[in-house]
Amino acid sequence: MRKYEDIITAYTIILLLIFVVGIFQSWSTALTIFNYCLISAVMTIGANIQWGYAGLINFGIMGYTALGGLAVVLVSVSPVPEAWRVGGSNMLISLGVIVGSIFLIKYIIKKIPKSKKRNYIISAIIITGLILLRIISVPAIENIEAVDPAKTGFLGGLGLPVLFSWIVGGLFAAGIAFIIGKVALGLRADYLAIATLLIAEIVVSIIKHEDWLARGVKNVIGLKRPAPYEVNLQTSPWFIDLVEKIHSSKLSMITSITDKQNLLNQLVIESSSVFVKLCFASLFLTVVVVLLILTQKALYSPWGRMMRAIRDNEDAANAMGKNVVKQHLLIFILGSAIVGLAGAMMVTNDGLFTPGSYRPMRYTFVIWVMVIVGGTGNNFGAILGGFVVWFLWVQAAPIALFFIELFTSHLPETHYLKLHLIESAPYFRFLLVGLGLLIIMRYRPQGILPEKIVKH
Amino acid sequence: MDFINAIIVLTNYTIIPALTYGSQLALGAIFVTLIYGILRFANFATGDMMSFGTMFAVLLTYYFQSKGVSFGFLPTALLTIPFATVAMIFYMLIIDKTVFSYYRIKKSPPVQFAMVSVGVMFVTQAIIRIIIGTTDRRFLDGEKFILKASEFKEITGLNEGLTIKSTQAITIIITIIVVSIIFWFLNKTKTGTSMRAYSDNEDLALLSGIDPKKVVMITWIIAGVLATIGGILYGLDKSYRPFVYFNNMLPIFAAAIVGGIGKPFGAFLGGYVIAFAEIFLTYAYKKFFSYLLPSNIMPDSMLQFISTDYKFAISFSILVLVLLFRPSGIFEGKKL
Repeated sequence: MRKYEDIITAYTIILLLIFVVGIFQSWSTALTIFNYCLISAVMTIGANIQWGYAGLINFGIMGYTALGGLAVVLVSVSPVPEAWRVGGSNMLISLGVIVGSIFLIKYIIKKIPKSKKRNYIISAIIITGLILLRIISVPAIENIEAVDPAKTGFLGGLGLPVLFSWIVGGLFAAGIAFIIGKVALGLRADYLAIATLLIAEIVVSIIKHEDWLARGVKNVIGLKRPAPYEVNLQTSPWFIDLVEKIHSSKLSMITSITDKQNLLNQLVIESSSVFVKLCFASLFLTVVVVLLILTQKALYSPWGRMMRAIRDNEDAANAMGKNVVKQHLLIFILGSAIVGLAGAMMVTNDGLFTPGSYRPMRYTFVIWVMVIVGGTGNNFGAILGGFVVWFLWVQAAPIALFFIELFTSHLPETHYLKLHLIESAPYFRFLLVGLGLLIIMRYRPQGILPEKIVKH
Repeated sequence: MDFINAIIVLTNYTIIPALTYGSQLALGAIFVTLIYGILRFANFATGDMMSFGTMFAVLLTYYFQSKGVSFGFLPTALLTIPFATVAMIFYMLIIDKTVFSYYRIKKSPPVQFAMVSVGVMFVTQAIIRIIIGTTDRRFLDGEKFILKASEFKEITGLNEGLTIKSTQAITIIITIIVVSIIFWFLNKTKTGTSMRAYSDNEDLALLSGIDPKKVVMITWIIAGVLATIGGILYGLDKSYRPFVYFNNMLPIFAAAIVGGIGKPFGAFLGGYVIAFAEIFLTYAYKKFFSYLLPSNIMPDSMLQFISTDYKFAISFSILVLVLLFRPSGIFEGKKL
């Protein structure tokens, strides 16, 4: 039990903080924060696998998150038959062209020895492939985007259950991570960081500008949910009964029947949103717990020991006969897949996909701060980091407002400095997170919960 | 005649903008490469540091304008460069003293430095947003054009006009001045030589009595000058928006790596490589070819290689190609 003392204390504190928010602000807000904490925790587990286990810098987290979100749209939205009719076949042929040219290039690399001739053939294939793509896809894209552009204008998805898309999100991210890993993993740490940062930007700009795929910046709203809808809950008798039972003491104090009915209606509306969020929370919690068990098992398995050996001394591990490149690629794919899963969870939670909102500060660097603040190489630490930093990120504005009010209380209400500061209160979250990172890096570089190496 | 028209189109829409954009990138890339070569880390706060310096210029420009001070036909922002630079250098030295020096003394690995610079990036961005907000600001005043399209058409009698914006001329001239002073300083002065020595081999440099504190300080001072001037020139040419500066960091890094990281002259050329590639590949050549090709074989499309939405893909492709085939930069062998 002693071993887990720090962990239990740290988690109790942060859960208490969320509890306090529930009491003083509202339970709905507290649960929103809690759900986002859980999503962040999944992201940090992914990032921590890459950074903590293997020492790989991946600044492309935003890209995988966005791909996970894309998966939700492509899997759960019902297909748009009209769009498929006007352009579907051409888009499928284009996909075939891409796959075909990739296999052709692979075949040529295998068959023809490295030479100038091979390079020319490969570039010829790429150029003809691109021209073919243009010719086939451009008219199809125009047709697809013309189909009822205010509502659809895209191919739609497969119409499958939304939970299935979480797995697909992970697979998407894993696929792109495989390609990136093949290209960039041999690079030095800081080059890898820049390369992944650029790739994430490219992925997001593709999602933003290819409207036929997922409506681009026009957003997709009203996505399916793995939880009941508030409106349905508010009319179902079992839920009203449940609310009545929970609040029976409160309700029995009121004598007038109309007042009682009004209060009950209000309570039902409030509880329905809390209930939906609780459903999400339990789903997310299951994911986090399963991932935590799996990653803990992996960390203390022979494989985990090998990863640490590779991280701490690549050359020595290589000399011991461990395939460093292969293991790096594997862990890069695993970590990215988990981040993709988190991206899908996030879009499911929001119920909408907004490609314009993917910004590197929010989706890459904040996640990194979470991993470093929580504790690199320690899964409990990474999850804690997700909770703590997300809590700060959300609550920074209220905290800043409180301090601004405190320090400018002697100024008149309309003083320009006070107004300016109050207006810029949301930006204090950057300051808080940045200072938090700098302080942790300086005084507790291993994070709040440092890595624990179990001796065997 | 058509041929000359085509050349003018190309110059007007690609070459002059690329030279301007390239100069702005080059200044940033030298900044990145100096920090990388001498302090040995990838500075992820690059874009925001440039933004920080520019913020002072914007605020001072507003102040000067309110006091009625102007610089004639030149933008008032040029007057603010010395003040903004001093403020920027001051900020950088404070950051170095409070943040980076600790890790330098501890000899932390570069990865840790990079993460610390992410922290600095957050803080810098917060300060900028708190002080000036996130809105788009234009602070260009004075004469907008040196050569207007209509004037050019009148003089030459051509169909196509050539426009030279004053910001483009200012950017190129100031870049030439700043870069030549910096290269003169690095190559000809004793301090510059000691900086290069420190960059090449830290231990030997320390052994021969070079004061590391001085080298680090001079590096930050030069970095401050480059960051501020690069940022101001970019802001004058386009507009000042903090978020854009953060994104500019990516082509700047690409330029520094293309030029061979740690080599200032390579970074200078790398800036133009990235800028020309970006603009040449995203320009729609329809108008250009309309002068060269007979109208019956003229294609309908815009004749654009890549849509401007994907300009990051160009930086990235160049970066990957360079890293795969010439990891030490495309200007290998040329030592500065």
